[in-house]
Amino acid sequence: TGSLFKDEATEEKGERARMASFIGAMAIADLVKTTLGPKGMDKILQSTGRGHSVTVTNDGATILKSLHIDNPAAKVLVDISKVQDDEVGDGTTSVVVLAGELLREAEKLVNVKIHPMTIISGYRMAAECARNALLEKVVDNKLDAEKFKDDLMKIAMTTLSSKILSQDKEHFAKLAVDAVMRLKGSTNLESIQIIKKPGGSLTDSFLDEGFILDKKIGVGQPKRIENAKILVANTAMDTDKVKIYGARVRVDSMAKVAEIEVAEKEKMREKVQKIINHGINCFVNRQLIYNFPEELFADAGVLAIEHADFDGIERLGLVTGGEIASTFDNPESVKLGHCKLIEEIMIGEDKLIHFSGVAMGQACTIVLRGASPHMLDEAERSLHDALCVLSQTVNDSRVLFGGGWPEMVMAKAVDELARKTPGKRSHAIEAFSRALIAIPTTIADNAGLDSAELIAQLRAEHHKEGSTAGIDVISGSVGDMSELGISEAFKVKQAVLLSATEAAEMILRVDEIITCAPRRREDRM
Amino acid sequence: MALAFDEFGRQFIIIREQDQKSRLRGLDAQKSNISAGKAVARILRTSLGPKGMDKILQSPDGEVTITNDGATILEQMDVDNQIAKLMVELSRSQDYEIGDGTTGVVVMAGALLEQAEKLLERGIHPIRVAEGYELASRIAFEHLEHIAHKYEFGETNVESLIQTCMTTLSSKIVNRCKRSMAEIAVKAVLAVADLERKDVNLDLIKVEGKVGGKLEDTELIYGIMVDKDMSHPQMPKQIEDAKIAILTCPFEPPKPKTKHKVDIDSVEKFQTLRQQEQKYFDDMVQKCKDVGATLVICQWGFDDEANHLLMHRNLPAVRWVGGVELELIAIATGGRIVPRFQELTPEKLGKAGLVREKAFGTTKDRMIYIEHCANSRAVTIFIRGGNKMMIEETKRSLHDALCVARNLIRNNSIVYGGGSAEISCSLAVEAAADKYPGVEQYAIRAFADALDAIPMALAENSGLQPIETLSAVKAQQIKENNPCCGIDCNDVGTNDMREQNVFETLIGKQQQILLSTQVVKMILKIDDVISPSEY
Repeated sequence: TGSLFKDEATEEKGERARMASFIGAMAIADLVKTTLGPKGMDKILQSTGRGHSVTVTNDGATILKSLHIDNPAAKVLVDISKVQDDEVGDGTTSVVVLAGELLREAEKLVNVKIHPMTIISGYRMAAECARNALLEKVVDNKLDAEKFKDDLMKIAMTTLSSKILSQDKEHFAKLAVDAVMRLKGSTNLESIQIIKKPGGSLTDSFLDEGFILDKKIGVGQPKRIENAKILVANTAMDTDKVKIYGARVRVDSMAKVAEIEVAEKEKMREKVQKIINHGINCFVNRQLIYNFPEELFADAGVLAIEHADFDGIERLGLVTGGEIASTFDNPESVKLGHCKLIEEIMIGEDKLIHFSGVAMGQACTIVLRGASPHMLDEAERSLHDALCVLSQTVNDSRVLFGGGWPEMVMAKAVDELARKTPGKRSHAIEAFSRALIAIPTTIADNAGLDSAELIAQLRAEHHKEGSTAGIDVISGSVGDMSELGISEAFKVKQAVLLSATEAAEMILRVDEIITCAPRRREDRM
Repeated sequence: MALAFDEFGRQFIIIREQDQKSRLRGLDAQKSNISAGKAVARILRTSLGPKGMDKILQSPDGEVTITNDGATILEQMDVDNQIAKLMVELSRSQDYEIGDGTTGVVVMAGALLEQAEKLLERGIHPIRVAEGYELASRIAFEHLEHIAHKYEFGETNVESLIQTCMTTLSSKIVNRCKRSMAEIAVKAVLAVADLERKDVNLDLIKVEGKVGGKLEDTELIYGIMVDKDMSHPQMPKQIEDAKIAILTCPFEPPKPKTKHKVDIDSVEKFQTLRQQEQKYFDDMVQKCKDVGATLVICQWGFDDEANHLLMHRNLPAVRWVGGVELELIAIATGGRIVPRFQELTPEKLGKAGLVREKAFGTTKDRMIYIEHCANSRAVTIFIRGGNKMMIEETKRSLHDALCVARNLIRNNSIVYGGGSAEISCSLAVEAAADKYPGVEQYAIRAFADALDAIPMALAENSGLQPIETLSAVKAQQIKENNPCCGIDCNDVGTNDMREQNVFETLIGKQQQILLSTQVVKMILKIDDVISPSEY
């Protein structure tokens, strides 16, 4: 009768399909599981590209992004971790681990012949209940500025504790909190610039209140300007092309060429003069500045910086309050940028341009120092996570304790729900609570602790109303999270809970996998 | 080898068989076709109904789709078999015509084929089977009309529309918030509907998705959303009472279509050219400003200089807006698309109450909302969700819901869902069968059996005993003379679909029966399959 599909296409049905997706998803969860928690381990990722560049990381999203995955269910998990990264910036590992655990529990239920749809409806009830349980326990210190800053500090430390920066977490937490507090509630992380310079140690990293541009000052131009007026521009400063379509130079004698050359030069001189007429003493351009105009600027005592990329000028425009100009005919109405001081500074071996006392107080630059580029990359990722979480927390200031406390609270509420729910769904709800407990279990396991013992203790502790107990990884026992100052943002926890449930649901609903024949690629030899 | 002889007795070959061709004929051909059709139906069978399962489809490029939508599954399956392709077409035409019921139509066709196979084995000629099916489908068609209800709704009373959309959505993954989704769909359709002409142009509803947030954050925007940002980072992010110039010409010096060269041979010419160039930019921006525009939306790019001039003269602008979006903006704001700067006039500007740029999450994604438009008859549904697959699936589900709402506005007759309509038709066809004297009687009876396949699949997917449940419901329908008894998929406790508020559109159901009968007839008529053999 012939097959329905093209050659090489495969079809997995029913049990086998479910098995394939469960196994794929759990494999991914197990892969990142060991990175969870303050004592989680890092992974080395080696690219297959030229140079086999190496990344050392602990960030779930980064690890999953770089994997080549064939299993469709695994791809769903990779996807949710990416979204988690985009939306809240942290909890990328937790979300995958939780989804993996939910599926592991679901597999057991499917094996005892409970229909996936029943499991899904149980999971949905449980997720809703867990979320409500968290909502009841959140602390909101928005009104009390002092306490709120304290909260932010705690959250930053908790986030950083699982990263490479954990040794200096206090230092970095302070950097991150200071940077985010400057934003005054905006989630626009663009005005926080991170510059990485190898050399020194991590503790040498610092927050600078100004703006640092990784560029050099032109030859013969002032190295230090006070009360700078800055024109930020995006214009061609080589030879200005004639933009009218089809224009070309056609002449009949050498003399004419020379004339036109002079005219061209004259035109550039005019342009430079127009720019200088703005009354500026600093000119920053996105495109190249050729030697001739550079010389003109130097003559006029104007500091000219060339080839600042798009990001650079946009940021500079933002922080100094100037507009990005491309025409220079109305000097009176162009908004110039201002700053108190421009100077060349040295960080390590490199010269950088430092703008301090800028008009907009929101901007700042974090300069990261560290032993190797790998270290710096990882430090940047960790810091980015912390900044994201903090900026989200500034908007949604609800805070929870960390260290497995939220999971225990949720598990307790979900367990109670299971007892009240009649029918087969209660098995699924119970399973949900087991999956939640798997997170503190993993944290304990990764720290080399006796998880069975600890979790049992923790559960007993949580039986009391209003307990603040969690896992204290440092001392290896159950500790009071409010005393230890371990906090997490509610927004992150909520996103973890909801996305993980959604992903698990999606995978559970599948009963058939159809893989099309891979597209043939022509071999280019 | 098929041979024929001409009038002189010379033989010539009609079809060269040998190695190049493989050939199936007669009953074998029909059986092979039927089994292919059944195989397709079997794949979709488990996706039917509120408890139906999803499929993972991996495309040739490794991209993953998770879906429950029959048309999408078949579209992406990349089938090779010719008959299977017919089934794919079948589901697609249901999708184009009605937009919903794409799974049901294939399951129905599969059931019809299965019954036909039995009849063929008993020696009934395929054409007679086909004719019997045709008769039966007409009976069912009329019966549906008979049991249908007119449903009244107005602009204020939309509850019934929402209920119908909810039935459609309940089989999809979005059923967690089907109520709000159904409301969004109904509101969107009503916003663009022309209730007098009973017509809805679904093109006016744009469905946009952005990864992130929760499904609950999905919203209906009375206006247009463009996945772009302002051309200059320092332009204002919010414009009230915007007058919009919609342009399809770039802010660049004009490019005549004819080939030409401008020769520069003297310094004067060089300088005039330069001035000319500056004047171009100046004129363009000034023209927009002169007609009173406060926002420029352009299909093409801007030159850096023009961009700055726009910013400088306080004229925010959006560049690289796609053609479809441009048209929607024009419709919504009541503006005209202007192809040349010279043709800009104040009347051609579109008007919108509020234009704003909104940022999402921690990434730099920004979108432009154009709201409170002069002509609100264009809306956008903005979907948020955990991941890309979720959003794609939500898009498909919403499309189904939109189609259903549209169909109801076109024709406000409904039948009850949960397989009740099929059961009722099956009873009617069964009863009518005995009146036909010919061999067709068997085919008509077979058709009645095939109609049972849909409630049967529903029961099976919901974890009920299919045969037991179906026979109980059937008996109940006859006993109570109530065509609204169906399968209680959600375990609510009642079989009466009227109480459960499960409806489907009449035209959708009728189309399902007609289309599946047509395809089955076509498949039955094939008695010879000639295909090039594979090497």
